[in-house]
Amino acid sequence: MEWIGVATYVSQLAIVVGIYAVVALGLNVQWGFTGLFNAGIAGFFAVGAYGSAILTSAASATRIGGFGLPVWTGWIAAMVLAAVIAWPIGKICLRFRSDYLAIATIGVAEIIRLVARSESWLTGAAAGIANLPRPFAGRGGSPQAALNSNLAFLAIVIAVLVAVYVAIEALRRAPWGRMMRAIRDNEIAARAMGKNIERRRLEAFMVGAALMGLGGALFAHFNRFITPESIDPMMATFIVWIMLILGGSGNNRGAILGAAVVWTIWSASEFLTNQLPLEYAIQAKYLRVFVIGLALQLVLRFRPEGLLPEQAAELRRDAR
Amino acid sequence: MTLLDFVNFHVVPGLVLGSIYALGAIGVTLVFGVMRFAHLAHGDLATLGAFVALGVVRFAGVGPWQALPVAMLVAAAVAIGADRLFYEHLRKRPLILTVIASLGVALMLRSLVQVGFGVDPQSYVRGLVRPDVFFGIRVREREVLTVLTAFGLVAALGAFLAYTRWGKAMRAMSDNPDLARLSGVDTRVVTALTWGVVGALAAAAGFFLGLNTELRSMMGWQMLLPMFAAAILGGVGRVEGALLGGLVVGLVEETSVIFLPAQYKSATAFVILLAMLAVRPTGLLRGKVL
Repeated sequence: MEWIGVATYVSQLAIVVGIYAVVALGLNVQWGFTGLFNAGIAGFFAVGAYGSAILTSAASATRIGGFGLPVWTGWIAAMVLAAVIAWPIGKICLRFRSDYLAIATIGVAEIIRLVARSESWLTGAAAGIANLPRPFAGRGGSPQAALNSNLAFLAIVIAVLVAVYVAIEALRRAPWGRMMRAIRDNEIAARAMGKNIERRRLEAFMVGAALMGLGGALFAHFNRFITPESIDPMMATFIVWIMLILGGSGNNRGAILGAAVVWTIWSASEFLTNQLPLEYAIQAKYLRVFVIGLALQLVLRFRPEGLLPEQAAELRRDAR
Repeated sequence: MTLLDFVNFHVVPGLVLGSIYALGAIGVTLVFGVMRFAHLAHGDLATLGAFVALGVVRFAGVGPWQALPVAMLVAAAVAIGADRLFYEHLRKRPLILTVIASLGVALMLRSLVQVGFGVDPQSYVRGLVRPDVFFGIRVREREVLTVLTAFGLVAALGAFLAYTRWGKAMRAMSDNPDLARLSGVDTRVVTALTWGVVGALAAAAGFFLGLNTELRSMMGWQMLLPMFAAAILGGVGRVEGALLGGLVVGLVEETSVIFLPAQYKSATAFVILLAMLAVRPTGLLRGKVL
């Protein structure tokens, strides 16, 4: 393979890692800071992807939308839309233990998947929405142009990721973050201190959902199309969970590291199994899913705090 | 639509589906009640049971009904094994971690089925089964047997919980684990027993779903939502509540197609779930709220 092919592949890998890192940071706000179990990440991701696609794509006769708005408005709308969908779910489920939230979010993701698959006036059904604008896409054609386009998109993803990281890190250090940890670690004590637990949890749930929606929008514009098949409901949710748990829940740098490690290993294993003859390749694909499920169990058993544990020293300084 | 049409197209399928959900929901409610967490691998345990039965049918050349007990035993063993390997060591930590582990187990079980059987829909027997007609009501033999077996299994479980030593121990642990331990209940045995019952019932649910529709690797995962809706509707920890909840969810799903596009059938379970959590989280029969 020529260097330019390798560089294009690596830049693509880096873009996807960046997108997953944004989603993992969103899950970190929900799970790492607040202890909320979201098992429907794929749903919020899809809402963001479709929301942005409908607003920014060119007009189409077969479905509504095609407003041709600039890409950044689509991304902001994706965040708002995902947060709006999170609101009623959180409102109903956050009074109870997170088990109920887990089931309800599975349900939301399932319904969003059904809507994406069947409402052709909104989402284009199986055909999806194609020809999405991608910033700096260039005219394409030559390998060099493809690489340049990837590098430009990578720069955008990195800028978004840094902005999200700085914002979430500021949240974590702020009194808000401390209060979230207090609620997570001792709900009764936090309640006794007069904290409005349901409201704070709802805020965290919506912020996290917004970031998942943003990740979905980035994903859709990177691929330049979105179909129901491009988001596997279970895998998209699960792979983000393993990224966060392996990286270190509660630690924002851990979430980003987890995204990089898990996605690199996942892509490398895909590269390996693609070398197999076809009759084994399909089985190998599902075997990889088995291994990632097993990996979660091993992390939970042998390194539950993840690669970069939550910074306990800082917590002690806070407490003083 | 005549009353007979309503019975044929909505009530009969609703009762069959409801019995299947009830079998699944009992497992969900037992884990909720005794182990105190939401077991997200329950649906995929059902998938595994259904496909184990398919394997037995294919390789031993027996009918599906002979394969059912084997599938129930295998799924019971798998459930106990999953508990020992992946859940037990998390018991001293916040319970929500066990929920995460169960999501991982769900993924593992399903991918094992996909490695072994592929992803194409399959069935136990080939060919269409013509329904019999009784007073204008069309039912298939397998539908009658599904409902009867489901009710039989529920009655057997009810008797086990009410009259046997270990059944009483299970109920004691569900009501108050510390008190049960103090009274000399061996919680390890009760835990294993619970998982055995849960696995066997999940396998039965998967088997009946496969028998009445077809076997798909996602069948169990997609059954998870109605099973939880049924368990919460009936009241968490209540076996008779799960039976009632399962029947209600099944009937509502099958009648919803009158006013909803058929592809949104599974959304009705979600609506029931949210409505119950918003209005009466203890369920119809006053169960627990975690």
